[in-house]
This record gives sequence, structure tokens and C-alpha cells, in this order.
Amino acid sequence: MVTVGAETSSLRVREVTKSFHPPGNGAARRLALDSISLSIAAGELVAIIGPSGCGKSTLLRLIAGLDTPDSGEITIGFEQISGPSAERGLVFQDPNLFPWLTVRRNIEAGLVARGVLHEKRDEVQKFMELVGLDGFADAYPHHLSGGMAQRVALARALINHPKVLLLDEPLGALDAFTRMRMQDEVLHLWRGGRAERAVRVRPEIVSEKLLRLWQSRRTTMILVTHDIDEAIYMSDRIMVMSPRPGRIERTIPVELDRPRDRSSADFLRLRAEILEHLHFAGKSASGNNGS
Amino acid sequence: MTNALEELPQRAVAANGHRAGAENGLVAPAATAKSRPHTLLLVPVAAGIALAIHFFISRHQLSAGQYYWLFLFIVLGAGLVGAALYPFFSGLRERMHNLSAIFAAAILLLGLWEVITSGLRLLPLPYFPSPAAILDSMINDRGLLFDSTWHSLMMLMNGYVLGVIVGLISGVCIGWSSSIRYWGMPVLKIVGPIPATAWIPLAMVISPSTAVSSAALIALAVWFPVTMLTASGISNTRASYLDVARTFGAKESYLIFRVAIPAAMPNIFIGLFMGLGASFLTLVVAESVGVKSGLGWYVSWAQGWAEYGKVYAALVIMAGFFSSLMTLLFKVRDIVLVWQKGIIKW
Repeated sequence: MVTVGAETSSLRVREVTKSFHPPGNGAARRLALDSISLSIAAGELVAIIGPSGCGKSTLLRLIAGLDTPDSGEITIGFEQISGPSAERGLVFQDPNLFPWLTVRRNIEAGLVARGVLHEKRDEVQKFMELVGLDGFADAYPHHLSGGMAQRVALARALINHPKVLLLDEPLGALDAFTRMRMQDEVLHLWRGGRAERAVRVRPEIVSEKLLRLWQSRRTTMILVTHDIDEAIYMSDRIMVMSPRPGRIERTIPVELDRPRDRSSADFLRLRAEILEHLHFAGKSASGNNGS
Repeated sequence: MTNALEELPQRAVAANGHRAGAENGLVAPAATAKSRPHTLLLVPVAAGIALAIHFFISRHQLSAGQYYWLFLFIVLGAGLVGAALYPFFSGLRERMHNLSAIFAAAILLLGLWEVITSGLRLLPLPYFPSPAAILDSMINDRGLLFDSTWHSLMMLMNGYVLGVIVGLISGVCIGWSSSIRYWGMPVLKIVGPIPATAWIPLAMVISPSTAVSSAALIALAVWFPVTMLTASGISNTRASYLDVARTFGAKESYLIFRVAIPAAMPNIFIGLFMGLGASFLTLVVAESVGVKSGLGWYVSWAQGWAEYGKVYAALVIMAGFFSSLMTLLFKVRDIVLVWQKGIIKW
């Protein structure tokens, strides 16, 4: 699945430690991440799951370059991350659209920020179609539903073609049905709308080689989520984190064929396994409330 | 005494036989605005009442304000034309529904004013002229009044624009950079709250001309609220907006001009409104003590000659002038902040 060319853009986190000054309490630093190491191949979709306060968001912010680790290093290919850049997009639970810009201008924002709007103007239309916001180009964010706003946020992050897209509970604020639909849409974006569309519309032009090329160009995605089903449904691998200090407790590969069936036996078996790791397995649910 | 005063227009109304519509116009405008015939008749009826009042009062007087006749007939005519065109234009219908009652009330208030002043002579005369006398002064002295208004406008614009530009620059700097905030904020906190008019003695000494110093004082009065609110708006920009912008490769100029400033716009407009109010005050004070032109100067000059008709004429013009500028600023805000929901209407 991982081609040789893509290997150069794989993401590595090596023994990263990060601590914070809790507000108000001057003396003690709280350890948020304790010597985390992980490696994610280019084009892979990895879910990070764990209870609140386990440092998932902190890890994403470090990878995005918005914060710097106390020790350890984060690299993409051979390059060490030293600050935020357009090659690592970030989407939060709150879409954080700029309310003063229309949908189109929000999506354009990344191109404007890099000063390349002029040569890439046609990309904007493509991305609006890709996320199904064609008719809403001139609407302002406060007119959008939660799901639509999050689609704009995804298009805005993807328009720069980032190598890595960091998703910090992007679907957490949506209702269950919108959420499941959006999971499919994010997967569609991950696979690259182009490839899917070409296969559907003009299968004769799609060669084996072209498919491989598209695959290698997939955006690497790291999805932080609270939702176990979402993690299993979407990701190639699930990393389970434990809190205080944050550690990666276990990595579980999800080797199910896509599109996945949320009620299949394998799916449910995996779900039970993860619940076990998170200490929410059946026995505590059946009345034994001592821990 | 006040009771007697309040009853008067209603007696006048009753005498004219249009009690229902006019009284409703005074008491419950919202109720009448709903029903068609009332909306149609409110303004003409009110104008008719005011005309009747003026007729009875002015026939005993030699200097009958003929401009006031003209004015009331124009109002009556406009009311009748509006009523005639009412069925044809939906925009006009909308406006008449909204505004007839308040216009009618304003006209009746003029009538009441005339009754109190030149009718019953309840108020000492040179100080409280009738509306007819004020309209006469306004039209007879129109050249000087126009000139004064023009000078005030120029002075105000110079000072306001200068204050806004400097205020925006200093506000953005203080709001964005923590080191500028460290040095700038104490200055702002100490100098800013001093009313600009308190600097007048100093300004007179320093400046080469009163026009320059007055414009500078207006600019100072505008600068403080604009700086304060711009700075707070900029420094309160949601951190996540800035984070998002950074992750798509934004440089600092983008963060300031395309994220922080737009995000601070609602705050900046509050500063602009406060600054505009402060500029009116400073303008009028500066004109009445230093500058030899403008509406503020006109008011104190007319008062010196005990020509109170002119004083009120200038006040009426000021009301229209300042209110128009406020309205203009609200219109600008509505355009700039079209993205905001639940915006307050002027």
C-alpha cells in the first residue's frame, strides 16, 4: 500500500514530551505527553482515541507546529517540523470558519494566505464541488448548518493539498446521522475525490498505474476522536492513548475491507477489544462499580 | 400647569373633529399603523390641525411667519400626495405604515409648541420663540447658516478622519504587539480619559491657528475610543482563527490584516460611533470658544445678540446634521458587517 516515493513523506514522532503550566497554579508543571513515539506512513488514515485530557489535541498541535515539544522531535520525511505550514492542515471540532468571509472566500483563504490565489483560482470551484457546496458560494458561515460548515472547513484545509491533515474531533459536534454521512465524505476526500469520480465517470482512462499514483498522493490523515465506532469505521490503525501523562498504550490495526459494515462480527469484535483497553468493558457495565 | 398644557392639543384636536385618528397618533402609534385609513390620514390631519392653530394664533400678530404657512402646506400636500399614491407603491405603503404616526406626532408637537409660546405666552419670549419665528430666522439667515454648517462639516471631517486613522493604527499596534502594549497602554490609560476639551487652553497656546488646533482636538477626542476598542478587539481575536490561518501557511501580515482586523471590526465600529459622538461635542465646544466659524460659533454669536430664534435654528440644523452623519456611519457599518447576525439597527 505504501509506495517507495511516498515513504519520504511519512510522519515520525520520536520521544516527544510536552508539559504545561496549569493556569493559576504557579509551581507545578503538568506532563501532558510523556515520551510519545509513533510513525505514520504517507497516505495512511490513523485514528487516535482516548479519554478526555489524554493529550490527543496537544499531540495534534505539536504535529501542526502550533506548539513546540519540550523534548523529542517530529519529522515529515527528512524534514523536522519547526512551525506551522501549509503542508499540515488542521480541522477542529468547531469549524472556525472566518465569519466575515463567504463560503467561497473561506475556501480561498489558504490560497490567499500563500499568495497563489491567482494561479489556482479554478481549484476553488473544484473543491466546492468536491464537498458539495456548489450553491452556497456566497452564503456567510452563520447561514450554514453544522455539517455544511465542517465541509467548508475541510475544503479550506485541503485546498493547499497538505501532506498531512490533522482532524481534531472534526465530527464531534454533529448529530449521529450527519456524523455517519460525514464519515463517508471524509473517507471520500481521503481517497481523493478525483480518483473516485474518474473510476465512476470514465473508467476507461483509469489505468493501474494512475490508480497507484493517486493512492500515493493520498493525504495522510490523523483523526482524533472520542467515538470508537468512528475510529473503526474510518481508520487503518487505531492508537489508544492513556491519560495523565499521555501515552500511546496500544496500536490496533483495522484490517477490514472498505466500505465497512458497522454491524459486522469483526467490527463488533474490534469494538469490544478497544473498550477493554479503555477499561469500559462489559464487567464494569454489569454493576461492578468498584475500580 | 403641566396637565393643562398636555390637555391643550387634545382640545384643539377635538375642536377640529378628527379626534380618533390624531389621538391615536399621540397615544398608541403602533395600533394605528396597522389599519389603513388611519395611516392614510394621520399626516394630513396633523398638518391641518397645526395649520388651524397657526391661523388662530397668527391673525392677532403683525409679523406672521409666512414660511411656517408654506412649510405646513407643504407637509399637508406631501401627506395628501402620499395618501393618493398609497395604493400604487408597496415601498411607500411600508414606509407610511411605519412613519405616519411618528410624523403626525411631530407635527402636533409643533402645534403644541406654538400654542405654548406665541399662543398662550406661557414662556418668557426672547428665550423661547415659536416654531414660526425659528423657521423665519432659519430662512432669513440661510446664507450664514449654510456657511457655518459647511465650516463645521469640514472641521469635523478633518478632525474625525485624522483621529480615526491614527486611532486605528495605534489600536492595531497596541492590540497586536505585546511590547507596544506594554509601553503604549499606560499612555493610553492616562491621557485618553482626559476630555479633549480640557486641552483647549494648551491648544490655543501651542497651535498657529485655531482651525488647526480645533481639528487636532477633535482628532484627539476620536483617537481615544477608536484606539481603545480597536486594541481590545484585536487582542481578543479568537486564538483558533489565528491557529487555523497559521496552518494554511499565513504570514503575519495575513494574520493582522485578514484575520485580526476583520475579527475586530464589530469592536472597531463601536469605537467609531463613540468617537463620532465625542467629535460632535468637541467640535461645538471648540467652535464656541476659539474658532470664528461653524455652527458652534453661530450659536454663541446669536446668543450674544439675544437672537434666540437663530440659536434654535442652528440647533435644529445641528440635530439634522449630526443625526445624518450617525445614520451614514450606521449605513457603512451595515455594509461592512453584513456577515454579522443580529446586528442592531439605527
